[in-house]
Amino acid sequence: MASRPLPGSTTLGLGHMPSPLQEERLSPDRWQAVYNFGRSTWRPGWVVRPTRADDVAALLEWARTHGWKVALRGAGRSYGDAALGNGHLLLDFTRMNRILEWDPDTGLLSVEPGVTVERIWRYTLEDGWWMPVVPGTMYPTMAGMLAVNVHGKNNWKAGTLGEHVRRVTLLTPRGQVRTLTPEDTPEEFRAVVGGLGVLGVILEVTLQMKRVHSGDLLVRAWATPDLRHTLEALDTHKDAWDYVVAWVDGLAGGKALGRGQIHVARYLEPGEDRAPARTLRAEHQDLPDNLFGIFPKSVLWRFMRLAMHRPGMRLVNLGKYLAARTLAHHKEYRQSLVAFNFLLDYIPHWERAYGAGGMMQYQIFVPKAHAQDVFREVLRVTQRQVPTYLAVVKRHRPDDFLLSHGVDGFSLALDFPVRPRRLPQLAGMLDYFNRLVLEAQGRFYFAKDASLTPQVALAFLGEGAVRRFLTLKDAWDPDGVLESALYRRIFAPLRERLGLNPHAHRG
Amino acid sequence: MHLPALQPKPVAVVVGASSGIGAALVRRLAEADYRVALLARRREALEQNARLLNERFGPDTARAYEHDVTHYDQVPDLFQRILREMERIDAVLYVAGVMPPVGPDEFDFAKDRTMVEVNLLGAMAWLGRAAVHFRALGRGHIVGVSSIAGDRGRVANPAYHASKAGLTTYLEALRNRLSRHGVHVLTVKPGFVDTPMLAQARPKKTFWVVSPDQVAADILRAMQRGKQVIYTPARWRWVALVIQHIPSFIFRRLSF
Repeated sequence: MASRPLPGSTTLGLGHMPSPLQEERLSPDRWQAVYNFGRSTWRPGWVVRPTRADDVAALLEWARTHGWKVALRGAGRSYGDAALGNGHLLLDFTRMNRILEWDPDTGLLSVEPGVTVERIWRYTLEDGWWMPVVPGTMYPTMAGMLAVNVHGKNNWKAGTLGEHVRRVTLLTPRGQVRTLTPEDTPEEFRAVVGGLGVLGVILEVTLQMKRVHSGDLLVRAWATPDLRHTLEALDTHKDAWDYVVAWVDGLAGGKALGRGQIHVARYLEPGEDRAPARTLRAEHQDLPDNLFGIFPKSVLWRFMRLAMHRPGMRLVNLGKYLAARTLAHHKEYRQSLVAFNFLLDYIPHWERAYGAGGMMQYQIFVPKAHAQDVFREVLRVTQRQVPTYLAVVKRHRPDDFLLSHGVDGFSLALDFPVRPRRLPQLAGMLDYFNRLVLEAQGRFYFAKDASLTPQVALAFLGEGAVRRFLTLKDAWDPDGVLESALYRRIFAPLRERLGLNPHAHRG
Repeated sequence: MHLPALQPKPVAVVVGASSGIGAALVRRLAEADYRVALLARRREALEQNARLLNERFGPDTARAYEHDVTHYDQVPDLFQRILREMERIDAVLYVAGVMPPVGPDEFDFAKDRTMVEVNLLGAMAWLGRAAVHFRALGRGHIVGVSSIAGDRGRVANPAYHASKAGLTTYLEALRNRLSRHGVHVLTVKPGFVDTPMLAQARPKKTFWVVSPDQVAADILRAMQRGKQVIYTPARWRWVALVIQHIPSFIFRRLSF
């Protein structure tokens, strides 16, 4: 394993840092209430947005010697508490966002941790390269995505984002810089990707981009009458198409339970697009600012808020299903890569429509054989207890990352409004679902998680994986400096169970 | 069931937590699922209070911080230390107060000065620091325990009345500054409360004396409801209304 002192930094002095650090005193105005993406919870954080590796190293060293913990944050697009700290130092990497190297011949791209999906496609698409895996929104940062090893609607074909990463440069809390690759350091690489930002700070990522011959995808859409058909459709088309995804009407019960709309899409072959130079340009990709040419989308969430209750969402879901049955049934059309992939970005600030309590997403991954039974029970129970306003099903495959969420099966993602008074009921319901998923040998995804207990996490990850993860954590971060709210909630309590030393107390 | 990811326990800092209203308040706060930082000068009483809370509500509920509120310079560092050790501060409640016995013809600057230092300057040091933090977060509760004695300057104890009047006005100004930034400021005006301070002050006559726990319950309820000014018990509001409107030519002839 390569390990060398930080380039260009002879000492870990604080010469570059702003005065509050030199005074070893908190500058009180750096404190912020930092929210999760669903705006359903917050933690105080002493927020610093560094721009240089030296500064990051100095901050880590300062925190270590002064008894502060450090949490890492990218764009803050995690639904749960993965990008929140525990009221200590919070390093926000959105300013560390330079594109370091780009080779339009090979499609190899090197970026700093805070570069977003949007930055990347705007930079590379004109050369005919697209990110091999993107999540449902273009705002997350590279390091944030790798910390939870995101997947996209093409998970079956393309795997997770981590599978396309060629090299990661990591700064560990004791100030060492390590270069990790899937070939030379496979164990460490597969722990850091999906490693929740607690093994070290990702300083640089090299990604192999995907060659595309058009800025458009060929998309096909049709409606499915029930859950069985929905799952069958995804399974049948998973090999012929690059992307397969289903929207499900979470409020339809009885025989119509699990009805929805399938979207499949594939990249275009060379020659299929007669004007690739045009479709690869950003103007062709940009999402419109208005609906129907007139209605400004920036305020749409305020109107959506009016429909955020069970009858309202029933109507919306029914309308969407009927449109899928009629207008869009078995339609084939071309859609830009951006428009197809970043559905969530169509309505800016849609998460605010859920109101003061915010929203949460719950996503479960269930092997093929049990998916239908588990999803049926889950949808049924939500309809009786806490209704879901948006449900999405995808087809997945396993991967060999240490804290993997992949299974050979399906995932079901459910959006719930968070209302303080109904939280106990929601918590009880999710606890029941967690047990169902465990029984079915299913898995969970930390980018979305707000409900896992240490026991459930240990059960789905397996003791061996958790032990390897925590052992690496102890080797690279023996002081336990890096600590997110999620790590504190799920992994810190497991240390004692596995016979590892507890981290130094926060005091 | 609950979701710990979404519902971390809030932290309250209680300045003056060794006895009286403060000691009752930390119990009520712990019952309401707060974690509490207990601050006072007397280490033993403080540590015992913290120990009892941790035994009853869980090991991570309370921490004791020995502190003399007249050591104003220590406040910023101590505030920061509490932030690091308790990991958040959601509410700061200033309960510390003194009322030494003062005779009808006594003008003792040493006593007067102590009252202003503890009742007013200590509050400014703590609540001002809290204001900076909560202003930055855009949320938080600031609670000051003033007194009905601050509503008028009576013959009994000029400096006490002045210190509480100053605190009431300071809290009002904080509220006017901070409410637009999402910070809640509560002024508490108790009447007679059965505390060591009351016993020490030896007032001539007392009535409607209530337990510190009753006052603490009222404070917590007012915090949760976002009230701005409360009298506790509530009936003192009517007494205050009358007292506030007694014209001076009568007021200066009264003996209370």
